[in-house]
Amino acid sequence: MTTAAISADFSERLAAIIDIHKDREGPLLPILHDLQAEWGYIPEEAQPQIAAALGLTRAEVHGVVSFYHDFRDHPSGRHVLRLCRAEACQSMGADALADQVRAAFGIDFHETTPDGRLTLEAVFCLGLCACGPSAQIGEKVIGRASLPKLQKLVAEAGA
Amino acid sequence: MRVWVPLDAAAKALGADDVAKALAQDFEVTRNGTRGMVWLEPLVEVERDGIRYGYGPIEVDDVLGLIEALRDGTDHPLALGPVDELPWMKAQKRLTFARVGVIDPLSVAEYEANGGFAGLRRAIALGPDAIVEEVTRSGLRGRGGAGFPTGIKWKTVAGAKADQKYIVCNADEGDSGSFADRMLMEGDPLTLIEGMAIAGIAVGATRGYCYIRSEYPDSIRLMEEGIKLARQTGMLGASVLGSGHAFDMEVRVGAGAYVCGEETSLLNSLEGKRGTVRAKPPIPALEGFLGKPTVVNNLISLGTIPWILAHGGAEYAKLGIGRSTGTIPIQIAGNVKHGGLFEAAFGLTLGQIINEIGGGTASGRPVKAAQVGGPLGAYIPAQDFDVPFGYEELAGRNGLLGHAGITVFDDSADMLKLARFAMEFCAVESCGKCTPCRIGSVRGVETIDRIASGDADAIPVLEDLCNTMKWGSLCALGGFAPFPVLSALTHFPDEFSGRGAPRKEAAE
Repeated sequence: MTTAAISADFSERLAAIIDIHKDREGPLLPILHDLQAEWGYIPEEAQPQIAAALGLTRAEVHGVVSFYHDFRDHPSGRHVLRLCRAEACQSMGADALADQVRAAFGIDFHETTPDGRLTLEAVFCLGLCACGPSAQIGEKVIGRASLPKLQKLVAEAGA
Repeated sequence: MRVWVPLDAAAKALGADDVAKALAQDFEVTRNGTRGMVWLEPLVEVERDGIRYGYGPIEVDDVLGLIEALRDGTDHPLALGPVDELPWMKAQKRLTFARVGVIDPLSVAEYEANGGFAGLRRAIALGPDAIVEEVTRSGLRGRGGAGFPTGIKWKTVAGAKADQKYIVCNADEGDSGSFADRMLMEGDPLTLIEGMAIAGIAVGATRGYCYIRSEYPDSIRLMEEGIKLARQTGMLGASVLGSGHAFDMEVRVGAGAYVCGEETSLLNSLEGKRGTVRAKPPIPALEGFLGKPTVVNNLISLGTIPWILAHGGAEYAKLGIGRSTGTIPIQIAGNVKHGGLFEAAFGLTLGQIINEIGGGTASGRPVKAAQVGGPLGAYIPAQDFDVPFGYEELAGRNGLLGHAGITVFDDSADMLKLARFAMEFCAVESCGKCTPCRIGSVRGVETIDRIASGDADAIPVLEDLCNTMKWGSLCALGGFAPFPVLSALTHFPDEFSGRGAPRKEAAE
C-alpha cells in the first residue's frame, strides 16, 4: 500500500488538530471527528501522522477508522440525505419511501449523484420514532418524511 | 406574554424552528424541551395568569392566525387548553422528566426554582456511604435494559481502591423506538449533570464522560452548553457546590456504531479504540475506562438520581411492581396514533399503553404486534398485551424491557421480513469479536431467505442457530438478536411456513 505525499498545508493543519486533543484521555475519536468535519472524510494519508503522534501503529488507526460507520474514506456529495431504516420508521412505511427516493434521485444507498450534489445514506435511528419515517439533510431533521417533502428540501439545500 | 416553542429534535423535525422564528417577531419566545406529546408537535404554549395554554400541532402557516387569536383573546381551532390538564399529562408520574418541557433547559434559575440542585445538596450533606445506601434503597435498576441494581454497582466502585475513578454516562441510545435519553438531554441537561456529580461524590470519582451518539447533534450541543453552565454555578469543578469534592465531566461523541451502547464496547470507543466488546470479568466497576474503576450507567438511571436523593430512596421504591421499582419513561413509537414519552410507575399493561394511552395505530388498522425494547427486543403479539410493564414480567413472556421503547406495528407488518431485518442489523452492527454473533447473524439472514423461498426444513435450523447465538455470544447484540427472530417465528408461524407456494405459482 502506498500513501500519496501530503501537502505541507494539510500536514500543518492536521498537526494543529492533533495538538488540540492529544493530551485528552482517548484522543483518537475526537481527532477523527475534527478531521472529517474539516475535510469531509478521513484522508488515508492522514493516518501515519496520527499514528506517529499518538504512539499507535498505522494498522491500529486504520482499524478504528474502518470500524465506525461515520468515518468516510472518500468525500460525500455536497449534501447528504440520510433516511432512517430502523423498525419504528419501517412501521410507518420507510421501506416504500426508500424505494421512491432511490428512484427519484437515481441513486442507491451509499451512492452519490453524478454531479456530486447528493449522497444517499441509511441511518439506524435518529430518535424521531414517534414521527416516522424520519430523515436528515445536513443538520436539518425531518419527521413524517414523504418524497415531495424530501424533494423540496433537497432543492432548497442549494447547489 | 411569554410563549414557548420546543427545541427538541422531534419538534424541530416537524417544523418548530420556523414556527419559533415567525412567533419571535411578535412575542418573547422561549425554547423549551418537549412535553413528550409528539403528535401535537410543534406544541406552542402561551402563559396567561400563571397557567400555560397549549396550541398544537402548529404549522408555520398557522402562526398568523395564532398571533391574531392571542392578541384579540379569541378562540383558535388548535387550542388545547391548559397543558397540565391534558389527559396525557395528568395520567403521568413525572419524576425524571419533571422539568422537561416546563423550563428553559439552559436556565439555571428556572432549574433551581423547579427543584434542581436539591438532590445534590442533600447528597453532599449525606456523604458517600449514605448516598449509596439511598440509591440502593430506591431499588433503581439499570435503565439501559440490563436491569442491574444501580446501588450495588456504585458500592463496588466505591469500595475499589484506585488513584482515579470515572463516571461514564451511556447516552448511546441506538434502539429504534427509544428517544428518552435524547429528550432528557435536550429538555433538562442539568439533571443529568447533577446526577453524574452525585455519582462522582458517592464513589470517589472526579472525572466523568457522557458518550452521546453522533446521530443526536442537538443533544450534543445542549449538553455542552449545560456543562458550561454547571461549571459557572459550581455544580462541576474543583469543589462541587463548595463541598470539597471535585468532579468535572465532558461530552464524547460516538461515530455511528450501534454496539457501542454495550458498556465495554463503549469504554473501548471512549479510549479511542475499535468498539469491540470486552470479555467479563473483569467488570468495568473494577477495571473500566483506562483500566480504572468505572461506573457505567444508562442516562436515564443517572438522570433519576437527583430525584431519588432529593426525595429519598424509600419514596421512589413505593412506586412500581415487584422488583421493578419507581417510574419508567415509556416511549410509544412507530405506527401509533399518540406517540411520545409517557413516564409512569411500572405496572401498566402493554395493552393500556398501546391502546389507551397510545390510542391504537396511526394507520387506523388493527394492532398486530409491538416490539418492546429496541431491535433486540421481542415482538409481542396483540393477544399477549395483558403483560405488565416490568423487567421480570416481560422476561416471563420471553421479552425484554430494554430501554422501554415500544414500536407498534399494524396488521400490514411482514413478520418474516422483520425477523430477517433483525439478523441483518446484527450482521451489520456486530463488532466481530465473537463467532456466534459475527457468523451466526450472516447465516441467520441466509437461513431466513431459505425459509422465505419455501424451504420449511430451514425452520429448525434457524431455531438451532438462534439457540447458539443466545447462549454463545459475548454480549447482548448476538445474545438478544434471537429474541425478535424467535418471537416472530413463535407467534406468527404461518408467515414462515408455506412461503414457497405463491412464489412457485409466480414462477410458472
